[in-house]
Amino acid sequence: MMQFIHKYGSPKYFYQWSYGWQRWLTVITVLLLGFGLYQGFFVAPPDYQQGESYRIIFIHVPAAWMSMFVYMVMAVSGIVALVWRIKVAEIVIGESAVIGASFTALALITGMLWGKPMWGTYWVWDARLTSELVLLFLYFGVIALHGAFEDPRTGAKAAAILAIVGIINIPIIKYSVEWWSTLHQPATVAKFDKPSMHISMLIPLLVMALAFKTYFMALLFARTRTEVLAREKNASWVKEVVEQES
Amino acid sequence: MTPKRKQRLIFVMVLIVGFGAAIGLALFAFQKNLLYFYSPSQIAESEVEAGQMFRLGGLVVEGSVVRQSDGITTEFDLTDTAGSIKVSYTGLLPDLFREGQGIVAQGKINQQGVFVAQEVLAKHDENYMPPEVAEALKATGAKHPASIPKTTIN
Repeated sequence: MMQFIHKYGSPKYFYQWSYGWQRWLTVITVLLLGFGLYQGFFVAPPDYQQGESYRIIFIHVPAAWMSMFVYMVMAVSGIVALVWRIKVAEIVIGESAVIGASFTALALITGMLWGKPMWGTYWVWDARLTSELVLLFLYFGVIALHGAFEDPRTGAKAAAILAIVGIINIPIIKYSVEWWSTLHQPATVAKFDKPSMHISMLIPLLVMALAFKTYFMALLFARTRTEVLAREKNASWVKEVVEQES
Repeated sequence: MTPKRKQRLIFVMVLIVGFGAAIGLALFAFQKNLLYFYSPSQIAESEVEAGQMFRLGGLVVEGSVVRQSDGITTEFDLTDTAGSIKVSYTGLLPDLFREGQGIVAQGKINQQGVFVAQEVLAKHDENYMPPEVAEALKATGAKHPASIPKTTIN
């Protein structure tokens, strides 16, 4: 396990093996996104109560899932960075924080746009909405800490601690709709029961969720690779790479 | 694993467990303040003081919606299937407001025991299906998914 982390986490080796992943994940993302958007916006039937306006779910729910998933990726790389001092893990904290914050903002904005016609208000301070907003601020905090130090490795350490401490917010977001009475409805898909959604709507939703996941991974690889090059710019292997690719 | 790394790993674990416990206890202590709304039976147990502004959540009782002659005042009963309370609201209702629908209203209880709402929000449930499926469900006498009160009682 440790050997595995050290081997795949060495900047040079990471740069080599991640290239293929980045490329194929990008191709898969384009295919899944095209299929999912078409199915969701044009093929899936309207909802019995909300009509066509429910279709924002195909963006909102995958984005909300990703806001939590990306946080877990960030926190786990925080642990790896803090305990094993792997450089690539330190970079992943900062890069996933930026992507995670974007997903969180997307989930909040699409939720507000849906909330106005359906609930009758853009925003309420119920447990689900508030904890998701706290998540956005946690991401902002991690981004700020990551860049707040002269030495990027010190910044990564500080950001890692905040990311790890913030893990507690993830179960709070997930179970807020069950523990407390909220305006936000409880889980439709991610629960032990059968999903409360007709199969014709569920499939596009799951395809979109998968597309968001591969998109995140492709983007994370691309951003991390760039940052690895920037940080290792004095290493001889980077000079070779630059000479080859230019 | 080197002793140094082991030490750091223990530090991380203590950090997670310690912070988790602290937040968990705080949330437990604030349990009541985190409720977005009260249910009609909680009102019957007088958990809310008279004259206090609060939010009330429940299902609109079928057949109870009455529009007043002024055109914008609506009266209806709100239930959590155990208790029920009369609500009066003057203003525009959200699109999803209908009989059997879960709603959350903000307001006060007046002397007559009527909840006078200043704001009414529709609470959507977690069910999504095409109209034909909803029709078919109704026809077979299955309980209309919107009337399952699970989401409004806590």
